[in-house]
Amino acid sequence: MYRARAIPCLLLRRGGLVKTVRFGQPTYVGDPINAVRIYNEREVDELVVLDIAATAEGREPAFSQLAELSTECFMPLAYGGGIRTLEHMERLFTLGVEKIILNTVAIEDPSVVRRAANTYGCQSVMVSLDVKKTWLGESRIVTRSGMHDTKMNPVEVAKRMEQAGAGELLLTSIDRDGTMKGYDLDLIRRVTEAVSIPVVACGGAGSLSDFGLAINQAGAAAAAAGSLFVFHGRHRAVLISYPSQDELLAALKPQSKAA
Amino acid sequence: MQEVRVEMIAIVDYGMGNVGSILNMLGKVGVRATVTANPEELASASAIILPGVGTFDAGMERLERLDLKKVLDHQALVARKPILGICLGMQLLTRRSDEGQKTGLGWIDAETLSLRGRSGIERLKVPQMGWNQIKRETPHPLFLGLDDARYYFVHSYYVQCDHSADVIASADYGGSFAASIGRDNIVGTQFHPEKSHKFGLQLMRNFAEWTSHVQSPRDSLSAA
Repeated sequence: MYRARAIPCLLLRRGGLVKTVRFGQPTYVGDPINAVRIYNEREVDELVVLDIAATAEGREPAFSQLAELSTECFMPLAYGGGIRTLEHMERLFTLGVEKIILNTVAIEDPSVVRRAANTYGCQSVMVSLDVKKTWLGESRIVTRSGMHDTKMNPVEVAKRMEQAGAGELLLTSIDRDGTMKGYDLDLIRRVTEAVSIPVVACGGAGSLSDFGLAINQAGAAAAAAGSLFVFHGRHRAVLISYPSQDELLAALKPQSKAA
Repeated sequence: MQEVRVEMIAIVDYGMGNVGSILNMLGKVGVRATVTANPEELASASAIILPGVGTFDAGMERLERLDLKKVLDHQALVARKPILGICLGMQLLTRRSDEGQKTGLGWIDAETLSLRGRSGIERLKVPQMGWNQIKRETPHPLFLGLDDARYYFVHSYYVQCDHSADVIASADYGGSFAASIGRDNIVGTQFHPEKSHKFGLQLMRNFAEWTSHVQSPRDSLSAA
C-alpha cells in the first residue's frame, strides 16, 4: 500500500547542522554526515537538506560536502541553497541529488524554474516557499532566508510556480518554524486547494499527529519536520530520530486501500 | 559486504535523469559500472542499465539521436545481455505510451498507460510520489529475499503487460499495477531501486548476481 511521506528537513550552516526557531537562533545540532548516516539506517522516506547561509553569503552550493552526503543517501535527497544556474543543477544531479530546491532565484525569476523543469523534468524541481505573517495577519512570501519581504501572496506565487513547471512545493511557515506548535493548516489548505502539484508541509510539527493533520485534513502530499527529528524532550536535547514504519502507517493513514 | 563479480555494467547516459545515485548504489554493492553513451562501450558491456526520468518521446528521441537504438536492440534481442530499465527506462521497454507518439523499444509485449485515466485513482495524487509496498507475482531472481519490500516511486504512467507472466511484481495505487516487469534477459522496475534503501541495494545485488548467471546458459545454447 501507498503511504504519504514523512521528511526530515536538515539545515546546513557553515558546514554544520543547525536548527532554527522562526528562521533565527541557529542552534548547532551536529555533523551532517553523521545525521545522514543515522537517517539512512532508520530508512527515512526522503531527506531535505537546505543550506540556509549560501544565498545570504552569495555562495554556490558546497558541492564537495554534498557529494559526501549524497553517497551515504540511499533515499531520495532534495537539496536547496545557493542554486542559481543550470550548471549548479547539473552538478548536483551528477552527485546523486534527486531533486533541486529553488527559493529566492525562483521567485525573483520564474523562468529559471521553467528552464530547470524543461531540462530535468518537473519531478526533479521543487520550489520552496517561505511564508511569514505581517502584524495584521496577512501571509506573505519572503525570500533570502526570510530576510526579504516580497509582499507577494503565497497562493498566487504557488500557482505561478506550478505554471512555471515546479513539480512540488515545499511550503514553510516561518512563524511556526522550530516552535513545534503544529503546522499552519489554514495556509497549507489554501495552497493545496490552489495547485494540483504535491505540497510538502513544513514548519511547526511537534508530533506525528501533526503529520496526519497536514496530510489528511489540509491536503499536503507529505510532511516535513526539523525539530521533531533532531530534538528530544522538553529540554530539546539533540537526538537524531525517525519513527518506525508502523508508527508512520498509523499516523499517516494510507491514502489508497490495499487490494 | 560481499562483492559481486560481474565484468562491467554500463549505465546508458542519454541525458534522461540523474545517474549519480545509481552509480553510488552499484559502488556500495561492489559492482564495476560505467556511465556511457558510446555504442562500442555499450556493445562490450556485460549488462546494461537504462535509467530514465522525463517524458517517453524525449527518451526515445535521445536514444535515436545518439544512435543507441541499434546497439541496444542488438544487446537485448541478439546478444541477450541482461538489461534493467528503471522508471522511464522500464516504460521505454514497451511498444508505446499514452504520454507520446513515438514507438518504444518494444522488447516486452506491453504498453504504457496514463495513471490519470484509471478508475479508482480519482482521489489520489498523480504522479504517485512516495513509498509503496510491492507484491511478488512471478518468481524472478531480481526479487530474491525481497518479499514485502518497499520501494520509492515517482510516476504518472504505468505499464500494462499483454501477458500476466511478464509481471514480476505489482503494487497498489488506486488499483494494482506493474511495479516490475520482465521477460528472458530483460527486466524493468517502475520504482527507483537506487533510492530505496536496503530493498534497492538487495535488488541491485540480485541484478548483478543474475547478470553473472543469465548469460552462461544462453551462451552455451548458442554455441551448441
